[in-house]
This record gives sequence, structure tokens and C-alpha cells, in this order.
Amino acid sequence: MKSQKFWAWLVFALGAAYFIIPLAATFEFSLRMRRGEYSFDAYASVFSDPQFAASFTYSVIVGLFTIVVGILVVVPAVYFVRLRMPWLRPFMEFVTLLPLVIPALVLVYGYIRLYGSSSLIPFTGSVFGTNILLTCAYVTLAMPYMYRAVDNGMRTIDIGTLTEAAQIMGANQLQIIGKIILPNILVAILSGAFLTFAIVIGEFTIASLLNRPAFGPYLVGIGTNRAYEPAALAIISFIITWGAMGMINVLGRFAPRTSARTD
Amino acid sequence: MPAFLEVQNLVKSFGSNTVVKGVNFAFDKGEFISLLGPSGCGKTTILRMIAGFERPTSGAIRVDGDDITHLKPNQRKLGMVFQAYALFPNMTVGENIAFGLKIAGMPADQRRARVDEMLKLIGLPGFEKRYPYEMSGGQQQRVALARAIAPKPRLLLLDEPLSALDAKIRVSLREEIRAIQRDLGITTVFVTHDQEEAMSISDRIVVMNAGNIEQLGAAHDIYNRPATRFVATFVGQLNTLPAGLLPGATGERAIRPELISLAPRPETDLTLTGTIADLHFLGSVQRLRVDVGGTLLNIDTFNNQTKPLQRGDTVTLHLAQKDLLTLGA
Repeated sequence: MKSQKFWAWLVFALGAAYFIIPLAATFEFSLRMRRGEYSFDAYASVFSDPQFAASFTYSVIVGLFTIVVGILVVVPAVYFVRLRMPWLRPFMEFVTLLPLVIPALVLVYGYIRLYGSSSLIPFTGSVFGTNILLTCAYVTLAMPYMYRAVDNGMRTIDIGTLTEAAQIMGANQLQIIGKIILPNILVAILSGAFLTFAIVIGEFTIASLLNRPAFGPYLVGIGTNRAYEPAALAIISFIITWGAMGMINVLGRFAPRTSARTD
Repeated sequence: MPAFLEVQNLVKSFGSNTVVKGVNFAFDKGEFISLLGPSGCGKTTILRMIAGFERPTSGAIRVDGDDITHLKPNQRKLGMVFQAYALFPNMTVGENIAFGLKIAGMPADQRRARVDEMLKLIGLPGFEKRYPYEMSGGQQQRVALARAIAPKPRLLLLDEPLSALDAKIRVSLREEIRAIQRDLGITTVFVTHDQEEAMSISDRIVVMNAGNIEQLGAAHDIYNRPATRFVATFVGQLNTLPAGLLPGATGERAIRPELISLAPRPETDLTLTGTIADLHFLGSVQRLRVDVGGTLLNIDTFNNQTKPLQRGDTVTLHLAQKDLLTLGA
């Protein structure tokens, strides 16, 4: 019994060390900008760089659009597949996993070929078009997470009967999705949204190849040119990502209990 | 007076499987109708076609003279209560009841008044701020009923609304549903597989089997004059007396357990002798199984304090010729 506990703790400690030691080392290094003493100079330098604020703001805005577009695409799709075409679900599962299998590099080269300035739909011909293309790419990248979150959310409610109950009282399809389905899977959607946000904030490949001033390329640029700032930035983006993850947990706890009692 | 709810030659097939095979019925305004039958008999499919959730393969459905066969569910102005309550979990009780009114565009102050009125009607005044998960199954189902009738639907559809509840609440809620229905005079179609439930609550019952109507009538008629063998055996308990058991009977006969007694009555004109094979004391009623020449008969007698019966006792059974049923096909 006691030795079992010892081994369990040992495995846990090894696992934790694997994550914590590099993080602690990075943090320690980020504090050593001033010679001979610890300081937050690296952080001050990061925050005073106007490019930091600009690229971060850009990524946050793209992230928000990605979330909105993702919800608009995924929620009705999952709803109608579950309600009307349940036989399509295995296919949906497969399709939504593709972004995890296909490298982002392949995706973005495909985009550039298809939507390049000499193509029929020259998205990359203008800054605005490229922003749209970037958002669409992020919606695709986040699809596996958004789809699973929304699908799990819908599993917990009886969408068939709730839909019929609303229909018989005169509600149309739009009212049903907006007033019944969406509010009942809000927590699931939020967890999908924060995952999406975390992905968009750190994404490098697509933003870089589409030449957009996003946070990912900025991180990489700093990393190649400076010594202490990249460590500080790594810690900052860790905090942002963890904050997003933490929000999922917090919201899950504070969400109203929506599951119906059946006794 | 033309019928209020009329179903004509209604057929529903799923692929090659025909679950409703040309059903016809017509009911008056304010009637409480039960569709009764075993699972898979097509009763729920008929209700879902009336609601508009299933499209009939052929046939017509008319409510108050309007042909609603091809209308969408949200155009039919009907109310429905589901087995699984189906309250909107994100809304309070008040918001649930007001949902249909809001969709119909009723102003907020009128909505509030109507919600209060409904909550009083179902005996849950002051519950409007509660969420469905904070309530018991019986309370949730009453809210579902209030939600269904709040917009004053032309027809109330009840899809086995009591099946998920426990026995005690089932009985009290069905009485409550019936009282409310009578008060409002709302034409109601109730689907159930429970014959006791159907008989206790309905003006008329449609007994269904394998997609066809076996018999349509008041509970009293269906129980006492079953039209088919299926109705006789599905509704209530029945003893089958093989040919030869009764003197002078040419074929098989059947009789209800409560029409056989251990003492002669003015109308009894037949007797049988048997031994008690088993007995169950149910309080006010005593249920006996009596072996008559190898045939086991169920007999219900009222509790009798004078002499307790024992297994193995020989008893004389008294029955009346007029109570015997001849079962058709």
C-alpha cells in the first residue's frame, strides 16, 4: 500500500518535472537581463515594444472573428447532423479530424495557390482579403476542437425532443437554435472558444506565410533577434494560454446546471 | 355538428414497413380521447402525424374544419406534452410557460398574467423563478402541461406523459390533467399503453393493434363488450373457458375475473367446482386461482372477514350465462 503510493508519487513527480523544470529555467533566465541581479527588465522591454501590443491586438481580433465564424459554422452543422442526418456523424468526425493530420504548411500553400492574386478569387490580393483568408484558415485549424466541444454539449441535451417542443409552440428553426440550442450548450461553446483562442494566439506558420503581423510571427522574430525577451515572451504566452484553459474550468463550474432530472 | 378532430384513411409507411394502415376517426370538441395499444401498434405515430413531426404517406387530418395534413408543426397551433417533459433547461418555469406566448407576440404584461394564471391552474403558484432541474418529475410534467396549454392551442396532444413518473404521482397527475382538461374544454388526444390509465381518464378510447383500430368506444363498452379477441385480452383480465368446461357451451367462452363469485347471486345460473390453487390477498380484493378440471381461472372477490380461504379448499363458482363473452377472431 505505502510503496504503491510512493511509486505513484514518483511517476507524478517525474512527469511534473518534465514540464516544470524547463518552464522554471525559462522563467529564471527571463529575469537575468540585468547583470548580477534578478529583474523584470526583459518584461518591461517586451511591454514597451509597440510591435508587441500591435501584433497581440491583431491576433486577439483575428481570434475573436475565428470564434464567431467557427460557432456559426459548427453549431448549425452539428445540430442538423444530429437531428436529421445521424448517419453522417462518422463522416463528420473524420472530416473534422483532418486539420490535425494535414500540416498547416500544406494548407497554406493550397490557399496561396487557390486564392493567390492571379487566381479567380484573389483573396491574397488585398490586406482585407488576406485577413479573411487567415480567419478561414484558423476556423479550419480550430475545427477539431470546436466540433468536439459542441458535439459533446449537444450530447447532454435531448435536442430532438426540445426541438419538437419548441416547434409545436410555433418556433421556427432560427428561434430554436438561437433560444433553445445555443443557450443550453453555451458552456461547451465557450470551452471550444477558449481552445480556439489559445490556438490562434500562438499560431505561426499560416500567419507568417500569409505575411500578416500576428503574434506568432512576432514571437519568432523576437526569438531570433534578442536574448532575454524571448524567454519573457514565452512565459507571457504561457500565462495567456493557461488563462484561457483556466477560464474553461471556471466557467464550467459556474455554469447553471442545465441537465434535466428524470426522476 | 361536424367533427372537431377528423382523421381520414391515415397511412404511414417507413420504407416497406406500414405502421399505420388506413386509420379513420372523428371526435367532437372537448372530448378526451385515448389512443391505447401495445408498443409498436402505431398510436405514437398517429399522434406525431397530428403534431406534424411525421408526414403521412397518405390520408388527411382536419382540425376544426382546417386541413392541417401538410402544415409544418409550428403552423398548427397545437399543444403537446412529452414523456420526457422536454422543458427548456436554460429557462425558468415562468419563461418556459411564456415561450409559446412570446413566439406568438403577446405583450409582456399579458404574458405575465397568463403565466400566473397557468401556475395557479397547475397548483404551483410562485414557482416561476425556479429552474426545471430544481423540481421533481411530477412538478416538471405539470409545468410542461401549463406550457402546452398557455397559448390556448386547438388541440392538446399528450404523448405518454405519465410513463416516466412513479405510480402514486401517475394517478394523482392523471386526475389533475383530466380536471384541467374538463375545465378548459380542450380537445385532447392521449397516447398510452396502460389500459387502466386510458379507461380511467377518457371519454372515448381508440384501441389499436398492428396499425389498425380494433375498437373505438367508451371505456365501459370496450371493457364489457370487446369487439375483438385482441381487445378482450388487452383490456383488463380475462379467463378463457375451453369448450366442454361449461355444460351446453359449444365453443370457447371468456369471462372477467370479477364476474365469478363464490356465492350465488340473483343473476347467476351456472356453477363450476374447483380447488384453490393459489391466492393473493390484496387488501380490499382477494385474487384466487382456481383449478377447474385442469383449467386455471382467475377470480377477484371482495375481502370477506368471516372465513379465510386456504390453498386446496374446494369451492363452488357461480357465474351468469349473460356475462360470458364469445371471442371472435
